[in-house]
Amino acid sequence: MTNSFLLDGEEVPFTPGQTVMQAASAAGKYIPHLCWHPDFAAHGSCKLCTVKIGGRFATACTTRAAAGQEVENGTEELIAKRRTLLQLLFVEGNHFCPSCEKSGNCVLQATAYEMGMLSPHFDHFYPDRAVDASHPDVLLDFNRCIMCELCVRASRDVDGKNVFALSGRGAKSHLIVNSESGRLADTDFAATDRAAEVCPVGVILRKRVGFAVPIGQRDYDAKPISQKAVEKLADSEKEAG
Amino acid sequence: MAAMNIESILDRHSREAHRLVQILRETQDALGWLAPESLTAIAEGLDIPRAQVESTAGFYSFFHTRPLGDYRILFSDNITDRMLGNQDLMRTLCEKLWLEPGRVAEDGLVSVDATSCTGMCDQGPALLANYRTITRLTPARIDEMAHLIRRRVQVGDWPPEWFHVEDNIRRRDVLLDHGLAPGEALAAALDRGPTGLLGEIERSALRGRGGAGFGSDIKWRSCRDAWGDAHYVICNADEGEPGTFKDRVLLSSYFDMVVDGMCIAGFAIGASKGFIYLRGEYRYLLDRLETRLAQRREAGLLGRNILGRGFTFDIEIHLGAGAYICGEESALIESLEGKPGKPRIRPPFPVTHGYLGQPTTVNNVETLALAALIAVKGGEWFRAIGTPASTGTKLLSVSGDVARPGIYEFPFGVTVAEVLEAAGATDTQAVTTAGAAGSCLAANEFGRRIAFEDVPTGGSIMVFDQSRDMFEAARNFAHFFAHESCGFCTPCRVGTAVNARLMDKLALDRGSPYDLDEMEKMHHLMQGASHCGLGNTATIALRDILAKFRPAFDRRLHSPDYEPGFDLDAALSQARRMTGRDDAGAHLTDNLSAHAGGHPSEAKP
Amino acid sequence: MSSETQGADVKPRKLKVATVSLAGCFGCHMSFLDIDERILPLLELVEFDRSPITDIKHCGPCDIGLIEGGVCNAENVHVLREFRANCKVLIALGACAVNGGLPAQRNHLELADILQQVYRTGHGLADGSQIPSDPELPLPLNQVHAVHEVVRIDYFLPGCPPSGDAIWAFLTQLIEGKEPTLGHGLLHYD
Ligand SMILES: Cc1cc2nc3c(=O)[nH]c(=O)nc-3n(C[C@H](O)[C@H](O)[C@H](O)COP(=O)(O)O)c2cc1C
Ligand code: SF4
Ligand code: SF4
Ligand code: SF4
Ligand code: FES
Ligand code: FES
Repeated sequence: MTNSFLLDGEEVPFTPGQTVMQAASAAGKYIPHLCWHPDFAAHGSCKLCTVKIGGRFATACTTRAAAGQEVENGTEELIAKRRTLLQLLFVEGNHFCPSCEKSGNCVLQATAYEMGMLSPHFDHFYPDRAVDASHPDVLLDFNRCIMCELCVRASRDVDGKNVFALSGRGAKSHLIVNSESGRLADTDFAATDRAAEVCPVGVILRKRVGFAVPIGQRDYDAKPISQKAVEKLADSEKEAG
Repeated sequence: MAAMNIESILDRHSREAHRLVQILRETQDALGWLAPESLTAIAEGLDIPRAQVESTAGFYSFFHTRPLGDYRILFSDNITDRMLGNQDLMRTLCEKLWLEPGRVAEDGLVSVDATSCTGMCDQGPALLANYRTITRLTPARIDEMAHLIRRRVQVGDWPPEWFHVEDNIRRRDVLLDHGLAPGEALAAALDRGPTGLLGEIERSALRGRGGAGFGSDIKWRSCRDAWGDAHYVICNADEGEPGTFKDRVLLSSYFDMVVDGMCIAGFAIGASKGFIYLRGEYRYLLDRLETRLAQRREAGLLGRNILGRGFTFDIEIHLGAGAYICGEESALIESLEGKPGKPRIRPPFPVTHGYLGQPTTVNNVETLALAALIAVKGGEWFRAIGTPASTGTKLLSVSGDVARPGIYEFPFGVTVAEVLEAAGATDTQAVTTAGAAGSCLAANEFGRRIAFEDVPTGGSIMVFDQSRDMFEAARNFAHFFAHESCGFCTPCRVGTAVNARLMDKLALDRGSPYDLDEMEKMHHLMQGASHCGLGNTATIALRDILAKFRPAFDRRLHSPDYEPGFDLDAALSQARRMTGRDDAGAHLTDNLSAHAGGHPSEAKP
Repeated sequence: MSSETQGADVKPRKLKVATVSLAGCFGCHMSFLDIDERILPLLELVEFDRSPITDIKHCGPCDIGLIEGGVCNAENVHVLREFRANCKVLIALGACAVNGGLPAQRNHLELADILQQVYRTGHGLADGSQIPSDPELPLPLNQVHAVHEVVRIDYFLPGCPPSGDAIWAFLTQLIEGKEPTLGHGLLHYD
């Protein structure tokens, strides 16, 4: 057996250097993820992609694929773990989906649907984080940040601007922007930046387009994220190639 | 004035961005706090994004981006400090200064808060006054301190005996009785040559003393063999595990052995540069250590052409700024590079991709000192001490309910009971053997041995007698981890906060078995799903205490079913105040009474 | 979604169901009624105790309690406890019950400031307007809470509101003694 591993018993080919996540996605298999994005270096923080490799827990987005690996992904044990992780993210922030513009297009929400999360389970932290509406084109609602640093990576690695960073520690971690005033308007951020479209949740929101897409036609209305994520990747590969 | 200060600090650090943690500390020293415009000036001076500077400034407990008073008093809040009455002392000081913990006095003079273990468990209760260590607090000292603060006497002019830190060495063995002259071990290593030296380290079977017990020869060899532009040696002097203070003593009184050990490691792996990452709590040692390094350079024991033998190796000391996670080696390296101390994705490991991406070996202070000893005495000699799987001796920091708290050097294999006996412990209920992050032993386990293969320890031995409430120990640990989680990964960032809340709920007598199940669930999530050792070990002591000292928890369970996490009656406080009502309808009783007659949970249609 | 799974010959005792709206908008109750003609087969299986549909004032021993809305005042707490004490299975129905929903968005404001603003200093208030202090009125809690933060909840059915289909699917599974799940399209938080 060369350059393939088993994902829930099915053979998945890989090219050397690929992570388990990359190889699985390329093969059309869905491993839940929040902080991983095919266009950026792996971050490994959300832990949604936790799988079991040879009986040990590992994050699929940071673990190199190796020939003969046996990877568990869709077991009830792992789904339950992921559900708990999602619940922790939901109570840590303020996620009132009915009043969130991202609803229906939100990776956190769609992943929670996929994992069958019926409630946030834990007591809510109800944090109090002020919204930043200073920028003419984009609004920041920090209450929904899941600390995935996708915006940080996009702004730094693609836009070359370093508009975003995380500061604080532990439960006090929070997103900051690159200005002395702390306001987005005082940074060189632009609505055309890659960082403007990469947020998986409803933090970085374009103004004046909210709720424009009717319910039923949003990203995850027609198909669950397990299908959608894989299709998206295939599309972007078609574009690239 | 502020701008000039910052410019000179930046110049002193050659405007190198990876020295940001040091630059921030010195700026705060000079200006009192890290004001928004200071961060901007630093970012411009280093030519890095401002957000990066703010990111680092916001991570460390000892940096403040808002003014916290001319006097910043931080009470060490380890469980051992609590057992010595630190909470009463803190309350007294706050009362005398007319302020609340965590708040700055209205005139901006002073703030009082708690901080994680400061490594003075053998002479607590302790505190940091403007980051200078004061030990053996008493009500009288607190009283006088309040006067000194109100009279605005500089901390440097406070009674010198307050700042006295004792070694408290209670038992010496081969390391603490080494009898070697400074540089003697280094000379022996140079005589052996890198290969011979590595052979001795291998024969000694030396395992790292920082906790994980990794084989030092393997670490050094793989670092040596890794390709890079430069190799680095890092001495991990972050000593953050609650209840550990043995590295403090090695740095205070055995510093030449540590420096020899670093030079030897550098010689073995082919490095010419080393760092000591000194925890911010040990800042009082900084000047002394710097001075000693300078003396060694003068004496040809450090720097260029050491001992006239053509070997060049120099050492720089970096000071941490209040972050337990920076003891984790990859977080430590991030911090050395000027960033928040968040653990890296591993692999790659530091031995191949460490400081500035170069091969780096990170070793504990004690490991390095032992390596120096081995360089002189040889691996066989060392291997004869201890047990086959855990060779040599181990420094134990013993604190808590013992007659003689302090440092005990024992060969590995010593039983917990023997350690307790030596320290004069009586009526012992429990012993934690790896600080907040490891197991907690009950009396029937005191026959077990301190060794990697039985009871592994980084050296923190905290002793609790029968009068102690083990629930409070567990709660202290839960808060420690919630405070120290770096926040990078979901399970640890949120899980430690959930656990701390659950323990507070129990402390308020609002608990039910449901809450205990929740903690068990959190343990299973965090173990395995967490990104680094902090999250993976954060629930071990808690769970151990829960399992072995269950009555301490059961006492707090006031309902068999479920209790809300908040006080319902208190939740009506604002409405009562605003309406002026105090009738029966303006209050809510506890769930417990209201619940009598409720159905048990198992019924399903 | 089938309603025919219940055996025809063994006629089980009808399940007693109670429902209530705490700090909610009755949207979930409307949605419940939205199961349309399926309410008829449902009524074959269940009968209603306390509910806006029946006008019974206090909840007696029940098999299932459906709670709409979060907990925002002292009365909500009493009612919720009454339900917990009387219902074998308690279900949080809808976004507000599940996480506090829209009402909980006041949680980042101080209640005292809200009361002051609404009754004393806000626009268009009569002169001398006071914060009501009638003992008949329930006092508001400092924060709005999800129902599971006040009593133990057995099941959660999210959605703002959950669709009639979702409620139907959920209840029929439950009545059949299955662990209720909601598949794609039925599970919604909005
Ligand atoms: C959360 C955490 C904290 C740590 N703190 C320390 C410490 O304070 N000192 C230390 O030497 N090692 C500490 N370690 C272990 C280090 O990562 C590393 O393994 C050690 O410094 C290696 O040195 P050694 O091989 O000499 O033991 C810590 C690890 C973790 C996960
Ligand atoms: S970010 Fe996603 S999960 Fe959060 S409120 Fe918005 S839609 Fe819901
Ligand atoms: S703002 Fe969005 S992209 Fe950025 S860290 Fe938060 S959740 Fe991630
Ligand atoms: S386990 Fe905790 S300390 Fe370690 S990376 Fe995750 S959040 Fe940080
Ligand atoms: S997707 Fe792998 S950790 Fe987030
Ligand atoms: S009350 Fe039903 S969704 Fe809010």
